[in-house]
Amino acid sequence: MARIAVTGDDAVALAAKAVNPDVVAAYPITPQTIIVERFADFVADGEVDTEFITVESEHSAMSACVGASSAGARVFTSSASAGLMLMYEIIFIAASSRTPIVMAIANRAISGPINIHGEMTDQMLFRDSGWISLFSEDNQEAHDQTIMAFKIGEHPDVLLPVAIGLDGFILSHAIEGIEAVSREEALKFIGGERTAELKLDTKDPISIGLLHLQDYYMEARAQIRDAQERSRQIIVEVFNEWEKLTGRKYKPVESYMMDDAEYAFITMGSSAGNARTTVDELRAKGEKVGLIKIRVYRPFFGDEITKLCTNLKGIITIERAHSFGGPGGIFSTDIKSALFNTGLSPNVAEYTIGLGGRDTLIKDYHNMYYRAKDAFNEGKNLPIYWWGLRE
Amino acid sequence: MSTELPNIKLKDVVDKPTYFAGGHRLCAGCAAGSMARQVTMAFNKPTMIFNATGCLEVASTIYPFSAWKVPWLHVAFENASAVASGVEGAIKAMTRKGIYKDGKTDIVVFGGDGGTYDIGIQALSGALERGHDLLYILYDNGAYMNTGIQRSGGTPYGASTTTSPAGSVIPGKTQFRKPITEIIIAHRIKFVATASPAYPEDLIAKVRAGLDVDGPAFLHVESSCNRGQRFDPAKSIEYVRLATETCLHPLYSVIEGEYKLSRPSERIAKDPSKKLPLEEYLKLEGRWRHFFKPTRRDDLINIFQTEVDKRWEELLEKTGY
Repeated sequence: MARIAVTGDDAVALAAKAVNPDVVAAYPITPQTIIVERFADFVADGEVDTEFITVESEHSAMSACVGASSAGARVFTSSASAGLMLMYEIIFIAASSRTPIVMAIANRAISGPINIHGEMTDQMLFRDSGWISLFSEDNQEAHDQTIMAFKIGEHPDVLLPVAIGLDGFILSHAIEGIEAVSREEALKFIGGERTAELKLDTKDPISIGLLHLQDYYMEARAQIRDAQERSRQIIVEVFNEWEKLTGRKYKPVESYMMDDAEYAFITMGSSAGNARTTVDELRAKGEKVGLIKIRVYRPFFGDEITKLCTNLKGIITIERAHSFGGPGGIFSTDIKSALFNTGLSPNVAEYTIGLGGRDTLIKDYHNMYYRAKDAFNEGKNLPIYWWGLRE
Repeated sequence: MSTELPNIKLKDVVDKPTYFAGGHRLCAGCAAGSMARQVTMAFNKPTMIFNATGCLEVASTIYPFSAWKVPWLHVAFENASAVASGVEGAIKAMTRKGIYKDGKTDIVVFGGDGGTYDIGIQALSGALERGHDLLYILYDNGAYMNTGIQRSGGTPYGASTTTSPAGSVIPGKTQFRKPITEIIIAHRIKFVATASPAYPEDLIAKVRAGLDVDGPAFLHVESSCNRGQRFDPAKSIEYVRLATETCLHPLYSVIEGEYKLSRPSERIAKDPSKKLPLEEYLKLEGRWRHFFKPTRRDDLINIFQTEVDKRWEELLEKTGY
């Protein structure tokens, strides 16, 4: 595999090029734009066989994707923030239509006020839609997960759309070295073409998208629930196969320096990189701290997280996202719920960081750690706190 | 391509297998059912249908039943054109790759007036601009009938709807119908036409011609809804015919930019005495009852008639009369 230096958006576009989807329907929005531009280059230069549909809105982007996928096509798109929110109605229908669309999201803050920089709230908002939702720590992960997403989503036991998050600007516009997967390798991995058992077929016509009233709606929704549950095993299998192909190890929930840890950062996306560096520095000072990284946000791998919490005195959740008026952070609420079911009760400190792309430095992670540890030593939890906010 | 419509005789198509089965749950007297059946009579090759949310969608596909015998897909209200764009692209790409083997496949999109004039116009305009090979059929009953008769951009002047009710101060809808066909013509696509289920041979010929065009085509079909327009369900076809005979819904085509009146409207152009007063249409319907009772409102009738005349004169000029 060739090693190249590319932005996160380029890494995703190269993954899409390797997959050579039948249809890409997309609309530009910062910071996702480079994905669309780069893919347009591949189309213009004949490097893909894709039908590239330059729709007039994100709503139509997702609509065209649902149509194309219903016809049995392999489909890719990308979006962010406000554009993603314009898609929302169809995002839910994509899951219920069981169309395994793959969408990369250059995670960006939500208006208003308008802001184009990094934040993960946009993707976390559709946690209830039925989509499988993954986040990337770096450009290599964004590249790899874009390819793996097709194999996960198209699996006959899953048939759900898959979203790949990469932090806006922090990853989307930052250049890192990656090993790019070739088309031959990608298609060998996911299969040369999609095989859809049920699709729009003029020889065997079916109707899709029927009105389900009180007598059938719950059963239809339960099928999405069941597919999400089945996807847990498929995700792990696909990750394991990817490791065989590339040597790069992926797990739904990953841990770092957790064996003897008393405290743990829990975070997602590029924040995990900062947390990992902080763990190294704190370990050098004798602190028993580790890192839990949530890679797969939906389905939520609560058991895998709580297993890592068995011997912890306290956990420190760090989220580049926020839910107003909620019981805490977004995924930290999921974690607290999972912990409750196990009977474990480590102390919890919850932090909201970096909304709208505000920098959170390594020294901030140190300070968040010591502030939390002090509270934990007094047996206290720390409620959600917006780190770096000028009050 | 020829600017002539194919010569289709009803007797030649009426016995073909139907792709729109009986047993659907459209109301008695709903002209959309007649329209849908006539549209399918024009099919002659693999065909797929994309339906915006609306009466036709809801009533033809209540799970676990479907009235459609061709592949049919509904996603949402405002996006049928975008959904069809995606499928058209998928068929192209999968044909290139040798995955799709059914050859040339016709794509039909159905949208009501709400799904076309209003919430769906962006997706429709985008699909036309991009040039996807599909036929968009607007079936226009002049209001959001499916949700309970709310006014749309396609609701005619003065009509009383549940969101433009005829009150003691405001006499129903205060705006004229948006000139949707002219808006579509301005996209300079190869085929635009109007049709009516009261003239089935004309409608079927236009569907066939629209599907045979390479690129987007648009057909504006006047439909009717006895629930929302409030008339005798037995008269739905008679009623849509009156829309053409009063020149409220003239029948014409614009093929490769060339305007041409279709026979029912051409007859009126040649003999203006055949043009019925708009009142003949208005007086049959409950939605204009306030034009006539408790007192006759000549002022409102005249405003509406003047606008209909103006649009008809403009059309006559464009068609060379």
